[in-house]
Amino acid sequence: MDLIWRGLLKAVELVVSGDPEVWRITFLTLRVSGTATLISVLLGVPAGVLLALGRFPGRRLLVSLVNTGMGLPPVVVGLWVSILLWRYGPLGFLGLMYTPTAMVVAQCAIAMPLVTGFTLAGIQQLNPKLRLQILALGASHGQLYWLLIREARLSILAAIMAGFGGVVSEVGASMMVGGTVRGQTRVLTTATVMEVSRGNLDVALALSVLLLALAWGVTYALTSLQQRGRQA
Amino acid sequence: MVKGSGRWAPLTGMVALLISLALMVGCGLGAPGGETRAAPSKPANPDLILATTTSTQDSGLLDILIPMFEQKTGYQVKPIAVGTGQALAMGERGEADVLLVHAPDAEKSVVEKGAAINRTLVMHNDFLLVGPPNDPAEVKGARTVVEALHRIVVARAVFVSRGDDSGTHKMELSLWKAAGVRPEGGWYQQSGSGMGQTLSIASEKNGYTLTDRATYLAVKKNLRLEIVLEGDGPLLNVYHVMQVNPAKFSKVNAAGARAFLEFVVARETQEVIGKFGVDKYGQALFCPDAAKSEAEVLASNSCSLP
Repeated sequence: MDLIWRGLLKAVELVVSGDPEVWRITFLTLRVSGTATLISVLLGVPAGVLLALGRFPGRRLLVSLVNTGMGLPPVVVGLWVSILLWRYGPLGFLGLMYTPTAMVVAQCAIAMPLVTGFTLAGIQQLNPKLRLQILALGASHGQLYWLLIREARLSILAAIMAGFGGVVSEVGASMMVGGTVRGQTRVLTTATVMEVSRGNLDVALALSVLLLALAWGVTYALTSLQQRGRQA
Repeated sequence: MVKGSGRWAPLTGMVALLISLALMVGCGLGAPGGETRAAPSKPANPDLILATTTSTQDSGLLDILIPMFEQKTGYQVKPIAVGTGQALAMGERGEADVLLVHAPDAEKSVVEKGAAINRTLVMHNDFLLVGPPNDPAEVKGARTVVEALHRIVVARAVFVSRGDDSGTHKMELSLWKAAGVRPEGGWYQQSGSGMGQTLSIASEKNGYTLTDRATYLAVKKNLRLEIVLEGDGPLLNVYHVMQVNPAKFSKVNAAGARAFLEFVVARETQEVIGKFGVDKYGQALFCPDAAKSEAEVLASNSCSLP
């Protein structure tokens, strides 16, 4: 109990004192996971719409792959991305290993299936007649997709929250492709693991509180958007 | 579903939020570390990967040495703290530039294979046997580490092994070998994790474990573990630095590795190492050895500044 109390006090102390190291870590966490989520949305939402509406051979296989990908273990992603990005790996010439960009790549691989899968489910839930109606009103395919995305916006916002939540909380992949390089690739989850192994449990607890606050803050902003127009 | 102009807002709002988030955080992307440092002379290839053991990071030593080195030379070090086995494996694949590790026999074989060069003595401390304060296996009465291990086996007391091919794990296995025991059974548990974590597990399970002194001192405030045996000859823990061989791996940052090696064994750095931990733990965590030969270190476990 005493430890938890000290951890909370430490969290307040770290925030109030504006410890530059802690801010840098928090900021980097937001930057890496935010970028990964954004990329996943830009690619995953269209992919989900196409999978939901398209009719082509292999569609069922793709959908099953996306659904499996929604539970992709971060350490597996970390290992595969590492093997690709190592100096002597196939993409080694890019020199990305142990950089924030490598972490973004790994986190995209985790978030993309989540965003795609939730979008797919959301679009498929719409009444099929809606699609016919929109087409009957003379909409182009582009307009059709946009209108359907708008109709499924609640699911898509849920997809984004799931994607962000998935990557901001993962530690395995970030640790493997980023290391825990101070000031470069140290994020809240990897810093927490490191402080635990250093025996600084109060700092670790403080970082975990910051991580929860960050995840809650972003999710709250997205939830407000999702629930806007709905009477409380 | 009702449509209305207000219903556009959530999606566009969300996209705007994400984009602004990415833009906001994107500002920092170009310059890792945020502030620009006044480097004396920027090396051609400033990125340097140091593969090292968990003890140098968990004890806090790297937090002192790396900023010193970066400020002096302009290199940017990426310390990857893993077990010594993994650090050596990174070296053998050319995925690191310089290694700071503590498993002399394994190091020698990496040098023999031609993957590493310029293996140089840096420092040492010692391994300790730690266990629960009530000492159920009565290890405190043992005079040698071999005797201590026998007592643990006889008592079937819990022993937590790193089990991760780290330098400490390699040392532990060689001690069991010296004791003529093949550790097996429910009392012998492998944590598969770093030293700090393994100490926590031993503490929670009322078990014994082998630890390096630096990590034990750094984390002992959270543990119910006491030193039950120390000071026996075989428990010496010796750290070497080596360069990954640039003749074998063309992508290695040879100049940076050379600079780091020279920095670690420089007199000024060795003095810093010799004082590290005195203010916090009342004793130095590492003993600087660059001026000595390995035989001298093995012959006497005394510590004197260069």
